[in-house]
Amino acid sequence: MSSVAAAERAPVRARLLGKDDHGPLPRALNSRERAVLLAEVEASGLRGRGGAGFPTAVKLATVARAGNAVVVANGTEGEPASWKDKVLLSSNPHLVVDGAFVAADLVGAREVIFTVGRAHTGVQAHLEHALAERRDHAFDVYLESAPDRFVAGEESALVNWLNGRDARPTIDRPFRKGFGGRPTLVQNVETLANLGLVARYGARWFRDTGTSEEPGTVLVTVHGAVKQPGVVEVELGTPIRDVLQRFGGLTALPQALLIGGYFGTWVRAHDALDLPLTNAALAPLGASLGARTIVVLPQDACGIRESARVARYLARESAGQCGPCVFGLPAMADALERVDVERLRRLAPQVSGRGACAHPTGATRFVASAVDVFSDEIERHRAGRCGGRSHPPVLPVGDSTEWR
Amino acid sequence: MALHLKVNPILCDGYGQCAELLPELVELDEWGYPIVPRDPVGLRVEPAARRAVRMCPRLALSLEAAPR
Amino acid sequence: MRSLNHPMVWYLLRGSGVVTLLLFTAVVVLGIATTMRWRAGRLPRFVTLGLHRNVSLLAAVFLAIHIATAMLDSYAHVHLLQLFVPASTTRYGLFLGLGALSLDLLLAVMVTSLVRHRLSQRVWKGIHWLGYASWPVAFVHSVGIGTDRHLGWFQVTALACLGLLAATTGWRFASSLRRPFPKYLEARA
Repeated sequence: MSSVAAAERAPVRARLLGKDDHGPLPRALNSRERAVLLAEVEASGLRGRGGAGFPTAVKLATVARAGNAVVVANGTEGEPASWKDKVLLSSNPHLVVDGAFVAADLVGAREVIFTVGRAHTGVQAHLEHALAERRDHAFDVYLESAPDRFVAGEESALVNWLNGRDARPTIDRPFRKGFGGRPTLVQNVETLANLGLVARYGARWFRDTGTSEEPGTVLVTVHGAVKQPGVVEVELGTPIRDVLQRFGGLTALPQALLIGGYFGTWVRAHDALDLPLTNAALAPLGASLGARTIVVLPQDACGIRESARVARYLARESAGQCGPCVFGLPAMADALERVDVERLRRLAPQVSGRGACAHPTGATRFVASAVDVFSDEIERHRAGRCGGRSHPPVLPVGDSTEWR
Repeated sequence: MALHLKVNPILCDGYGQCAELLPELVELDEWGYPIVPRDPVGLRVEPAARRAVRMCPRLALSLEAAPR
Repeated sequence: MRSLNHPMVWYLLRGSGVVTLLLFTAVVVLGIATTMRWRAGRLPRFVTLGLHRNVSLLAAVFLAIHIATAMLDSYAHVHLLQLFVPASTTRYGLFLGLGALSLDLLLAVMVTSLVRHRLSQRVWKGIHWLGYASWPVAFVHSVGIGTDRHLGWFQVTALACLGLLAATTGWRFASSLRRPFPKYLEARA
């Protein structure tokens, strides 16, 4: 396919959620083609869309070098507040399949494993259907439904589960020792969808939207005080106020935004609404995009109460392998309910960074931001007079108990 | 070559033997799990550090060349 | 192998057997105490683990003496193969076979513990648990085979070892019921 023809077919606005027909997928079947494609991915500046934001080209190159690789397309999305992967897989599964095949070409893998959360049978059906439509490939393709736990989508936990054990994180890193002990590329489905598009239309096209440091479009999940909660595709750099407009606008006066999901941070609404949707803009507020889940907390809800409920959920979702997480997270949830700021201050360094995965670190960050942003509420909450006493819950939590 | 103490938090079961054998470097948190420093292990303390690594009932402690 | 008919060898065979039983009883008790995080008074807990390991080495020495004298002695007259393979159908052979079985289990534990760094946690732990079986097998061997088994002092010693081990095991079991030692700590959330 010539680059002119490719450019003509390239989607202009909705890249990930649009309904374009992209035609046959370009393949990279020898080392020269692989090198060219990898260089293109690097030039695109594509970073992981699963939350960690790791440069995709680096990950691909590392696994490619190792040999005997496996590709895992991670659509597990264990975070209850995030729906983007499910929406992507339901509306445009072929983009994800494209990207997975491109990744498999690049790392020299023969097996490609797709994972989705077990409870989401509709999503599974869409993906199954899409895979059934793809006949012209030489890959061994699998579709697995993972337990609906918060940490089940973490790379090493997912691979651990694929290896027949519980979906709990391990010390081994998948890119070194993953599925069946082999180097495994675990990539979020949104990242893969972008990868497939970069393979088709190139780095320059990819960089045509977004900002120069944070190029491309992203899927954003928004709920809370908006008219139409859901998932929308936006350019990186879009002002947050405009992003919220895409969800029908606000239904109530916003108090605060939770940005980045349950490992993210609260920010005061008036601090954030006029900022562009980029990590760079949010960094001074101590926030980052993560997997781009934004929850809008209305004025009449209690941020402490909501955060304490999520903190309690995060404690339940501990894999139970590391002492500081198992004991520290319930202690933090207790302290947050009482808003014992001093206790939280003493707990934070004992919990953050002391687990095998990011769970205790993310939870600590979340709790600390709640205390910071809702500091005005603290006295009222302690006295039981906080606004949210009768407000229905805003932040969703899960209740699965399966690890396998 | 600078050596660093590392704890495998999954293997660690909070026995606390490392803190007993190496109080210069290891402190226990309020649940009995070790907090190891990021700084390299000094030469003087190295033999005690090696003993602590050997004595860990879960082999969770290790001495490695690269920092965390 | 030349066999000896010297009373010293005979006494050493029986004596080392009793001492081995006592020492391995201490080893198992100390092992359980280690997992229970027990400390001897105000001594640090690494002493418990250190004793568990060192006493096991000492016990191995006495076991070696016990085995060597069993092979040398003209009455006991144990052959090399009988050390490891329980085979005979006689009453004596049965209890000797139990000793051999106990030795096999013990060797597995000792070898895996020496190369523990090379093994996975699961493998080491599994074999160490098999080691628990080594003690009762050795106990039955000692009360069944020994010509001293009818003597008061031996019976008291054996009962004391059994009692101590039963008490320790009971303590461990009771503690695990109160505060389960599940593989994954489920925090009270």
